[in-house]
Amino acid sequence: MRAKIAITIKPDVLDPQGKAVLHALHDLGFSAVADVRVGKYFEVELEAGTAEPEAAIAQMCEKLLANPVVESYHFTLDEGAR
Amino acid sequence: MAPETITPALIEDHGLTPDEYQQILAAIGEEPTLSELGIFSVMWSEHCSYKSSRAYFKHFPTKGPRVLQGPGENAGIIDIGEGLCVVFKMESHNHPSFIEPFQGAATGVGGIMRDIFTMGARPIASLNSLHFGAPEHPRTKYLVNGVVRGIAHYGNCMGVPMVGGEVHFDACYNGNILVNAFCLGIARHDEIFKGKATGLGNPVIYVGSKTGRDGIHGATMASEAFDDAAQERRPTVQVGDPFTEKLLLEACLEVMRTGAVVGIQDMGAAGLTCSTFEMASRGGTGMEIELGRVPTRAAKMSAYEILLSESQERMLLVAAKGREDEVLAVFQKWDLDAVVIGHVTDGERVRIRHHGETVVDLPVHPVCDGAPIYERPQGQMQPPTLPNPHPEPIHDANRALLEFFGTPIFGDRSVVYEQYDHMVQTNTVVRPGADAAVLRIPGSTRGLALTTDVNARFCRLDPYKGAVLAVAEAARNLACVGAEPLGVTDCLNFGNPQNPGVMGQFVQAVKGIGDACRFFRIPVVSGNVSFYNETEGTQIYPTPTIAMVGLVDEPRADVSGAFVRAGDRIAILGSSRGGLPGSLYQLWRHGGISGGLPAVDLEAERRVQMVVRQAIGDRWVTAAHDLSDGGMAVALLEMAVRSAQLGCSILSQPEGLTWEEWLFGEDHGRVLITYHGENEERLFELAEQFRVPFEAIGRVDEGRVMIPAVRVDLEWSAIHEVWRAGLRRVIE
Amino acid sequence: MTIGIVVFPGSNCDEDIRRALVDELGAEARFVWHKETTLPAVDAVVLPGGFSYGDYLRAGAIARFSPVMRAVRDFAGGGGYVLGICNGFQILTESGLLPGALMVNRSLRFICRDVYICAGESKAALSARLDAARAFRVPIAHQEGNYVAEPETLRRLNAEGQIAFRYCSSGGVLDEAANPNGSLENIAGVCSPNGRVLGMMPHPERCSSEALGATDGAEILRAWLATR
Repeated sequence: MRAKIAITIKPDVLDPQGKAVLHALHDLGFSAVADVRVGKYFEVELEAGTAEPEAAIAQMCEKLLANPVVESYHFTLDEGAR
Repeated sequence: MAPETITPALIEDHGLTPDEYQQILAAIGEEPTLSELGIFSVMWSEHCSYKSSRAYFKHFPTKGPRVLQGPGENAGIIDIGEGLCVVFKMESHNHPSFIEPFQGAATGVGGIMRDIFTMGARPIASLNSLHFGAPEHPRTKYLVNGVVRGIAHYGNCMGVPMVGGEVHFDACYNGNILVNAFCLGIARHDEIFKGKATGLGNPVIYVGSKTGRDGIHGATMASEAFDDAAQERRPTVQVGDPFTEKLLLEACLEVMRTGAVVGIQDMGAAGLTCSTFEMASRGGTGMEIELGRVPTRAAKMSAYEILLSESQERMLLVAAKGREDEVLAVFQKWDLDAVVIGHVTDGERVRIRHHGETVVDLPVHPVCDGAPIYERPQGQMQPPTLPNPHPEPIHDANRALLEFFGTPIFGDRSVVYEQYDHMVQTNTVVRPGADAAVLRIPGSTRGLALTTDVNARFCRLDPYKGAVLAVAEAARNLACVGAEPLGVTDCLNFGNPQNPGVMGQFVQAVKGIGDACRFFRIPVVSGNVSFYNETEGTQIYPTPTIAMVGLVDEPRADVSGAFVRAGDRIAILGSSRGGLPGSLYQLWRHGGISGGLPAVDLEAERRVQMVVRQAIGDRWVTAAHDLSDGGMAVALLEMAVRSAQLGCSILSQPEGLTWEEWLFGEDHGRVLITYHGENEERLFELAEQFRVPFEAIGRVDEGRVMIPAVRVDLEWSAIHEVWRAGLRRVIE
Repeated sequence: MTIGIVVFPGSNCDEDIRRALVDELGAEARFVWHKETTLPAVDAVVLPGGFSYGDYLRAGAIARFSPVMRAVRDFAGGGGYVLGICNGFQILTESGLLPGALMVNRSLRFICRDVYICAGESKAALSARLDAARAFRVPIAHQEGNYVAEPETLRRLNAEGQIAFRYCSSGGVLDEAANPNGSLENIAGVCSPNGRVLGMMPHPERCSSEALGATDGAEILRAWLATR
């Protein structure tokens, strides 16, 4: 079972990297881009049959993968993947 | 792996000529296995064997009363007294940095640091000498940013301060940038380790990161000229992990203190292959290795891949038999892999098995020392001509000076060195941006001075004199912080040695370095050669980078190359002849360089340096700055912009020179000094005693730079503004 | 007076702070390996600068789980004095021992240079012994020093005097030009409500020696030592 986790800077916190990418995209002529948030992406492989995988992943995010002060997370669970 | 037939195509793919293959057959008496062919391929590559350059190293003076280790080990070692020694080396990472600037530069830094701590020394300072293409070339910005970030990424995490170096731009590097990384470590004499495998039956231990498929054939890549396909070789570039290397550094220094280590060597170019064969070679022994025990990162790696991988942050260590556990325990403490993979044997053969099956069984010496030595034909390069021989004459020196000084060539380097941690370890007394960096030596009242120098334009016009001048300038930069030279390490960056013109440049430059170092009695203790800096037939300028280390009796933060106090007098030590060939001014005005260099007067150079050192030691000067790139005018502006809004009034005249020669001539052997008026008499006498021309030219003033003879009158803020912007324009 | 200096894998200013505290200021210090589960008998603890765990994931995020951090937390909880410098500050915020977070610099680049900071009036234990109006010249060296906190937290920090240092000009003026990394309200250091846990991005240990021609850091460290 694979969890795909995305972590981004919270919407109300300035994201300096996102801002830099936004500028670069505008410079390249992608004027339709309104905003960019840069984040991190994780793939976490869980043992098959892990109990309450959602809770486990949420805990991992809260404790380590994200910094709740400035980052938010969301994830999907892919049952079949291996 | 199924037995492979060794075909001519396979031999060529391994960068070996048919002749070289015949020599391999003669040396080992049978057809090599594929792994053995791979081993010869990397060990006989230009990068590892120095086959086109080795014949000329005899020109270098490598001995001296302070030399504890000359060339041939991982780094050179020089005694600095008080039971301490310095261990240093410079190495190029040019080709990998052009292909992938961030990782290429980062792993270059990592590699040179391993060379230092593998000898038992703690790295305390780094320098880097960088040459990029023209500032306006479309790839330059990307390459500068990538290289600088890569160096910062690795060096900052290691906690080794990057205290100085140089950043140059010239169109000759458009297709081949130069990234030369220097590192210096310090150790007590009794803490030094060497890369020797001795003691029959002693265990051979693999330490550090797991082996992956990265960097396979990196060493052969560095020995080939670039073509359009170079971009496709991206996968062979290694990825650096500075965190693991920091652990490796601490663990290695700790394990060395146990007394259980017999010899140790890092796995750099040519990885496990190079370290096993070289350690056996130095020890006069052999080795038996089981590749199945090597920790691997990728599944199902073949013997060939494990042997040739250039994964970073790995070491090979020989321990005293019976003390393996002590060694393994230290690495375990630092959470690093450490595995016994074999043992030392007699018979001077390396036997390598992979899951029990013999894949390599080769005599040590043909692999390490058997590469052919080439004395390739030497010719002469066509002298360059000026693209624009008759530019519009300049009528406004004021505007011209400001515009010239505003080019990226002179721009404020802080935009680069502020990305490097240059203060960690708290030894940095004179920070980057000065003529040379100065460090205090932990546990001593004395200090070290470090610089890298080369003027490739001079080397293009005259490779012999250019190389002599590179040594002279490095020594002069050390003198400007009051230091006495101890030793040199060099990176010899050249084009394709199979081009007779390039080979001629190389040999002339080597002779120049040798003669100049002999003259100054400065030993060359380590170094590296980077050939094939050629893209589609275009060769870089010959670029023999000199890194020089000096000793300072009393490191002082208060003498650097900046104006200090209004009212101080300014003088030039040395004679001004107005030499413009090869100067930056010539390049700026004419779009190229041309002409011959005047005779080099090393005796005059030495005397100037003695006067400067003594004047600094006696505290008779308040600042000293070497006159080089951009001549007198640029040196004055540099001393102004580095100060707190101080300028100068220059009252002398361009006697016998044109105004351009006077302002911008780049004659060697000159130093600008500033001093209190009361010291003028004794400085003058000191100069006279050493027969050094002493020309008082003006005084330090508030707020503006004035040179009335050529109607220059610039406000400090205007100069500062163009200087701040010069390089930032390229980078940001 | 014995200071415990915690050594994480990747710490690289541990020896620098030892040198400043011991060689320059005459304190005693001992290193504490991060795998220790208890602290030896020490009067105060320093979490030094560096790149613990390579700063991989986020600066300070992994060091927070080192075994020794439980002991450090207990020590702080019992009223102990803890100083986190640079990476040490990042570890303190990641651990929740100090509020807020340190994000990547506004320039996205690593910055190593001298800046000026002033202590102002705060309840940080050392601030009573520092001239509130004085601008101290101290180097920074970091890529993630951009201090952020939620508006509510920021209000509380201001109201409770928990802002220990702010970036300022050489003349002590708090303005945007003096802010090297984009930190909210020029914040360079914060402290716990009892003033005893202090985190700061600038490196006082790097300017604590006559030999380097820079001694402002020694005054800050001396004030910190004297608070015990």
